[in-house]
This record gives sequence, C-alpha cells and structure tokens, in this order.
Amino acid sequence: MLSIKNLHASIEGTPILRGINLEVKAGEVHAIMGPNGSGKSTLASVLAGREEYEVTEGEVTFKGKDLLDLAPEDRAREGVFLAFQYPVEIPGVSSTNFLRTAVNQVREYRGLEALDAVKFLSLMKEKMKLVEIDQKLLSRALNEGFSGGEKKRNEIFQMAMLEPSLSILDETDSGLDIDALRIVSNGVNQLKSADNATIVVTHYQRLLDYIVPDYVHVLYKGRIVKSGTKELALELEEKGYDWIKEEVDSAATV
Amino acid sequence: MSKDNQILEEFTSKEYEHGWSVNYEVDEAPIGLNEEIIKWISAKKEEPTWLLEWRLKAFRTWQEMQEPEWANVTYPKVDFQKLRYYSAPKQQKKAKSLEEVDPELLAIYERLGISMNEQKRLQGIAVDAVLDSVSVATTFKGTLAKLGIIFCSFSEAVKEHPELIKKYLGSVVPMTDNYYAALNSAVFSDGSFCYIPKGVRCPMELSTYFRINAANTGQFERTLIVAEDDAYVSYLEGCTAPQRDENQLHAAVVEIYAATNAEVKYSTVQNWFPGDKEGKGGIYNFVTKRGICAGDNSKISWTQVETGSAVTWKYPSCILKGDNSIGEFYSVAVTNNYQQADTGTKMIHIGKNTKSRIVSKGISAGKSQNSYRGQVQVMKRATNARNFSQCDSLLMGDRCGAHTFPYIDINNPTAKVEHEATTSKIGEDQIFYCNQRGIATEDAVALIVNGYAKEVLNQLPMEFAVEAQKLLALTLEGSVG
Repeated sequence: MLSIKNLHASIEGTPILRGINLEVKAGEVHAIMGPNGSGKSTLASVLAGREEYEVTEGEVTFKGKDLLDLAPEDRAREGVFLAFQYPVEIPGVSSTNFLRTAVNQVREYRGLEALDAVKFLSLMKEKMKLVEIDQKLLSRALNEGFSGGEKKRNEIFQMAMLEPSLSILDETDSGLDIDALRIVSNGVNQLKSADNATIVVTHYQRLLDYIVPDYVHVLYKGRIVKSGTKELALELEEKGYDWIKEEVDSAATV
Repeated sequence: MSKDNQILEEFTSKEYEHGWSVNYEVDEAPIGLNEEIIKWISAKKEEPTWLLEWRLKAFRTWQEMQEPEWANVTYPKVDFQKLRYYSAPKQQKKAKSLEEVDPELLAIYERLGISMNEQKRLQGIAVDAVLDSVSVATTFKGTLAKLGIIFCSFSEAVKEHPELIKKYLGSVVPMTDNYYAALNSAVFSDGSFCYIPKGVRCPMELSTYFRINAANTGQFERTLIVAEDDAYVSYLEGCTAPQRDENQLHAAVVEIYAATNAEVKYSTVQNWFPGDKEGKGGIYNFVTKRGICAGDNSKISWTQVETGSAVTWKYPSCILKGDNSIGEFYSVAVTNNYQQADTGTKMIHIGKNTKSRIVSKGISAGKSQNSYRGQVQVMKRATNARNFSQCDSLLMGDRCGAHTFPYIDINNPTAKVEHEATTSKIGEDQIFYCNQRGIATEDAVALIVNGYAKEVLNQLPMEFAVEAQKLLALTLEGSVG
C-alpha cells in the first residue's frame, strides 16, 4: 500500500529525514518509535503533505501513485489520514459542519454522490459509538475549548467518518489519561481491517499495549535504525533509547 | 515569500461578479451641481415646494461644510461638479404594477439573481428595486396595504403620504448632520419608504435592492422606516454596481424611527463594485444610517455584511432615547486588494436602563485597510445603561491592516460598559488541517471565515445569510491558495 524509498526531507535547509525506507501492506500496523527529535513527527507531516517540509530525495508511492506529487487535500481524498498531535481549533465551525464538508469533498473526488443531511447524520450516529463521543461535542466549534482527550477522540472520530486506507496516528497518546487512551485505542482497533493499514507514531510503549503493532521501527537521526516486532517496543520500554543511540553512533564513528 | 503570502496571493483572483452594465435609454440631469440642478431634480419628481425648499436649505448648508477627513481612509477627492445627480431609465409611464414595468429593467434584476416575479411568488419577500436614481418596481404592495403597511418608493411616498414624510424626513438624520448627509438631502432622488402602523407585525421581510448602472452618476437614495407603537419589521437591503474604471459615489441616508415597544431589524448585504485588483475604480460608499429608539422598550438592530466598495465610510447608529430601549450592531466587513473600510457604530444612551450590543468582525486581506470606529456614549440621565462591545479582526497575509478606534464617553456612574477585542490570523495550520481532511484550500478559507463571522451571519434572515456566506467566500477567493 505504502512504499517509502530513501526519503530525505528538510525544514528551512536543515535535514531531518535522512533516508527512510519503509513498506506498509494492507492489514498491517506499524509503530514508529524513537527519542525526541528523531524525525517521527516530520515523517508523519511529510506523508500528509505539510509544505514547510521540503523533500530533497527519495520517493513515496501510495496505492501505486506518486504520493509526493499530490496536493495535501488529494492525499487525504486518496485515503491518507493524519491524526494530529495537536489538533487545530477552528472557531465558529462545528465539527459536524466541518466533517460534512470533508466527507462530501472526499466523496466527490471518488465519484460518489454527496451525502444529504439525513444520510450524513445517520453515518455520524453510527461512528459516534466507536469512540464514545457525545453529540454535544460535535455541535461545538471544532476543537475549541476541547480537553486534550476530547480533541484526540475527535481525531479518531474523524478517521472513522473518512474511512481512510492509511491512518497515521501522530503521538495520539500524548496528553491522554488511561481511560481516554483505552477509548481512543478501542476506536482505532475497531476500524482496523484487512484493507487498511495504520502507522502509529509514539514515544512510549504504553499505547502499543492497546494498539498492538505487527512491526516496530526505531527512528533515530532521521533513519530507521532498528526494526522488529512488538517485543522490540517492550525492550525499549525497559532499556530506553540510549543503547540504540550508542549502537548507531559508535557504528558511525568506525 | 512565506507560505502564508503565497496562499494569499493565489486566493485573490476572483473577479467581481456583478460588473456588467446594461444600455437603456435614460432621462438624466446635466452634469454638475448647483441650485438649478436641484430645482431640476425636484421638478422632475414633481415635488411640493416645501421639499424643494428643504433641499435648497440642505444644499446651502452643504456648500459651507468641509469634507470630513478624520476617517482612516485615503482617496482622491471627489469633484462634485463632474458628477451627474440624476439618471433614470426612460419609462413611458409610471408602472402601476409589476406587469407594467419595462421587462428590460426587470431583466437587470433577474440577472442579479433578484427575480421580482419569482420572489413575489415563492419567498414572500416584498421587494423595492432602485435602479440609479429611481425605484423601478415594488412588489407585494397590495398584500401589505391590507395591514395598513406602506412600502413604496420614496418619490411615491412624497406624493401619497406627504404628512408622514414631512413629519419624519430628517428627524433622525438632520439635513445638516454631516457633509454627505447634507449632500444627500440636497440631491436625493429615490429610495424606499416603509411605514408600519400601530400594533402591526409585518408578516414578511421588506427588501430594497439598489443598483447603480449609469456611468459618472452618483446614487443618493434615502430610506425612511417608521415603526409605530408595538410594530415590528425586518428590512433587507442589497446593493451592486457595474465594474467601471472611474470611482462612483454612493451617499445614502437611512433613517429609522421606532416608537414605544416597536422593533426594527435592518440588514444590509453590501456588494458595490470594490475596484479591480490594482485598486482602480470602485464605489465610494459614504453612508449615514441612524435609528432612534424614540419610545420606551423599543429596539433597533443593525446587521451589515460589507464586502464591496473601494472606500466605505459608514456608521449605522442608534439613539436610545426611550427607557429600556435596545440598540444592536452586528457587522462583518471584508476588505481585499486595495479596499478601505472605516465602519462601526454609535450607541447613544439617553434613556434609563438602555442596552446596546456591538459585535464587529473585520476581515482584511490583500493590501486593504479595515478600521472599526465606534462610539458608546452614556448621557447623564441614562441610569443603568449597559453596553457590550466585541471587536474582532482577522488578518489574511501581512500587507493588510486592521485598526480599532473605540470611543467611550460615560456621564453616568451607574453605566456598565464592556469592550473586548481580538486580532487573529488565518493560520497555515488551520488550512493544512482542513486540507488533510480532504477540503480544498478555497473551501477551507470559506469555512474558516464563515465560522469567524458566524455570530453576525446568524443575525441575518435565512436567505440573506446564505447569500452573505457565498459573498464572503467570493470576496476572499484568491486571497489564500
């Protein structure tokens, strides 16, 4: 589904990603871990098409298309979804109105008819159960005055509504208490299918107790320096990142 | 160039939609302004002597007045001798009903999306259409007349209801009030008159559409709305003009009189031609709008969506004379390219327990300048007066300006006055967030701007709100990309 080859990206001339290679197939869950500043969020942003990052080298194909060639909105319409680490507030625009615009633009791109108000609301009702989100929250201005947990839950709710084929969760666990973490993870797990894939970007192993990855990758200094299964995450939890840093840094000096 | 700028650059390319003009035979005054011209206009309109005298008095006062310069706008001064003060489509005779109106003139309104016939049937909105200097058609007159409501062109009102005109004309905005009001009083040609008798709730929205078509012609219309005791009316005003290279002057006066327990809601969607992207052409919109809550418990509410005009100078105001009376001002003013707007309100608290509420939302893009200017005045005997003002500015790009000039003048210690102000920018983050959900940038901007202006748009009647939302998006189209 997603194939990243030798991806290099920089911001304002400073290289952040220095040759990422990653293959994600339908039905898989990949976790991207790594210390602060290793490039995890940059990778998520580059895939979603945030324009302050400049791709200097490499290629990314998504369902056979050159992903980097697509505008951010077209990437979304093709099925890439980014759950933001810091969801943005849009005053005066209700989540419902926002999502209706989004869902219908995505449907239009895919050659589907726009959903009328009734159909849209019944779809919403169905998806609301997944993340135990309250109707009242969705009538409020998007993310405005939402608690950290509400924002993240709303992200996953949007994901449920848009039914993406590739979901990238950027530090979705940050700022969540244990109950919110459980609810959000439940939502993600229920949305999992053989046809879609998930990339979980996280600093801590905690989230991976709930969303169990098929593969774990460690990002350090803009490269994937170690890949493994979920046991790798446990090892990291126990030992921290220093041993990996040492391994990488000493290899570099040899 | 930052990303923000680039976004803005691309979003400013939509052209003005109503820029066309139509050729029809006109009946017009010679160019220039003097007492002879005023007599000419008055004779053309077959006015009574008292009105001619009133006009001449206004003209003489105007000649001694100075053009105001305190507004935060700059523009080449208007040469009043180079304007034409009266231009009317030639009609064989005065139309008695819509069926008799020249179809060509109705076609102009059809093209603006204001179908007089359609509207007549479907929406239940009574419309008065003013083209250049005269009213071409008024719908629903019969239905309204049964309730004793008068809704007609100003000229007609002068002929048929002279006692009302004589009583209220200039009672809220005196002819000498300010430079442009004096000019308007001297040369006004037409406009709408609306009278709601005691105890009547007007069952439909009353609406006037103003259109400037002729070149080099000023539009000076006058609107007078009178709501007697316990009356209610909601009034809508819309305006467009052709795209012309030279600037055109629009200097209107609107007066509202609300008696005891009366309520008047006045909504405007102003879409005069704003000039092109280089700032050439466009309408000078120098308008005086004022209402008086003369009776106790009366209420006047102004809602305006200002998207057009090259230069706007406009302060719809309320004089809260009656005890417990309420004044409201809800405004969205959008400026793009080289547009300049200096707009706001005055709330004059005279009666006891009077309340006012001001919600002003400015949106500036391109190289435009957008100023809010507001005055809250609490007089000595206005015990327990309350005011709440909220002035927000939204900036798009880094070459536009937003300014706030609030004046507060309190002469009674029991007054409670609150003022809140914010300035924000449409963020790249917000746009990216929308993009990431599959929403195209133009739609994202429309969504964000409409969300920002929601509190004001909510005040508009439904059909108008939809139109206003589209207009906001259209005005800003191309200012983000």
